[in-house]
Amino acid sequence: MKAAFARFAPPLVTLVLILGAWALATGPAGLPSYLLPGPWPVALSLWNGLIGTGSFWPHIGFTLTSTLLGYVGGSIAAIIVGVAAAESRLFERFVYPYVVAVQAAPKVALAPLILVWFGFGLASKVVLVALICFFPLLVNTISGIRGTDPELIEMARSFSRSRGFVFLHVKLPAAAPAIFAGLQIGIVLALIGAVVGEFVASDRGVGYLIGSATVNMSVTTMFAGVIVLAGFGMAGSALVQRIQRRVVFWDNAERHIVTPQETA
Amino acid sequence: MSSPALSLDGVGFSFPGRQVLAGLSFNVAPGEFVAVLGPSGGGKSTLLRLIAGLLPLGAGRVLVRGTPVTGPRQDVGMVFQKATLLPWRTALDNVLLPAGFRRGASPAERTRAENLLAAIGLADSANYYPAQLSGGMAQRVGLARMLLHDPDLLLMDEPFAALDAMTRERMALVLQKLWQERPRAAVFVTHSIQEALLLADRVVVLAHSPGRIVADWPVPLPRPRAPETMATPEFNELALKLRRLFDEVAA
Repeated sequence: MKAAFARFAPPLVTLVLILGAWALATGPAGLPSYLLPGPWPVALSLWNGLIGTGSFWPHIGFTLTSTLLGYVGGSIAAIIVGVAAAESRLFERFVYPYVVAVQAAPKVALAPLILVWFGFGLASKVVLVALICFFPLLVNTISGIRGTDPELIEMARSFSRSRGFVFLHVKLPAAAPAIFAGLQIGIVLALIGAVVGEFVASDRGVGYLIGSATVNMSVTTMFAGVIVLAGFGMAGSALVQRIQRRVVFWDNAERHIVTPQETA
Repeated sequence: MSSPALSLDGVGFSFPGRQVLAGLSFNVAPGEFVAVLGPSGGGKSTLLRLIAGLLPLGAGRVLVRGTPVTGPRQDVGMVFQKATLLPWRTALDNVLLPAGFRRGASPAERTRAENLLAAIGLADSANYYPAQLSGGMAQRVGLARMLLHDPDLLLMDEPFAALDAMTRERMALVLQKLWQERPRAAVFVTHSIQEALLLADRVVVLAHSPGRIVADWPVPLPRPRAPETMATPEFNELALKLRRLFDEVAA
């Protein structure tokens, strides 16, 4: 109880300070509400959208669907291509330089093109999200596999001639921490991708909600939308982190396990 | 006479621009423990990797039980200078690595892995992860892993070099005990004269650049050898002779 208090109290203090400053800035002497609405109207808009009328939910459903489909699809593709790339000299020499080049390009710039190709519905958003998650995870998968301790690889080779054996038992698990780091980056990027896609052209989604709120100058709705997105971003990131701790438990195992004494 | 467990004939190897080994020939009889002693960078590790089939031969022939080595094989077990345990597997599962996935291991392999852990005094640590093991414990798990499929030839690349002196001596005795339970052909690479004399039936001394054999001496000390063996005049005489040869070779 006391430990929980010690942990949650400081950020809570910060939150209260921010809300206070926000309320002050939007008070009678502050900014006009069409530029910056106060915390109370925003909270009211959130309440209405989520619980009162529930008008946010179709948008949230759409955004989460495209985010999740694109994230899962893009991540699976990135891991498969990454494995193939890391295990193939030819791919590395002929294709990898371009992968790095494309990685440096801002993929959101492709959003209009993808909308032209895949239409204004769900498909284009899924493709955009997949594309955005794909590259960081691809690069992480390749460097994770490539970074496997060569001594472990040699050890595994001494027990088996099969490349598959070395890959399954050494390289893939050794790359898992890097793959999860890529998945962690990807979940945040996925949400960005979905929202950008909805900004460009859509008739649904939280991004659309925010975009259309610009038209009728409903700044409170815009704030509510951003807070909803932030919530889902945090939840997704925390979920991936939980899975990561379970799967690659050895990555920081030394920190929370007891070392038994040498028994000779 | 039965064929030797290991036979090297004119073995040579070069890295680009550097001859590492040249014209190496020697045999290891079944059940014979041979220590290969030589200065650092003298090609000892390369020699082991050639025998293990981890590196392609430059010249000559390597036969294990009469058949040429073309790659890693199940009847050869190897340990390395580092314990090279997989951090995501428990001690028991690391011993079972040669059998693949834990679920894929046969009941016989499981029993054998458990017995091996007991033999090296780690029965209670079967479910610990490598991060929970000391250096000596980890290296013992490496020894057990090498023995899972009961190989006929053991290849050991300075397996105790990274350990402190006390642990190192204890490990040599653990290895001797494992080996005496079922003597098999072994090639043990080391740069420690004491370790070589404590373990080996024969000591092969390599000179470097390029690596070649300069001496091949029997070690006629009775077994089991113990720390007391190291205090005997015979041990010290041999150690001194090797030391002198070593100094010549290194000079």
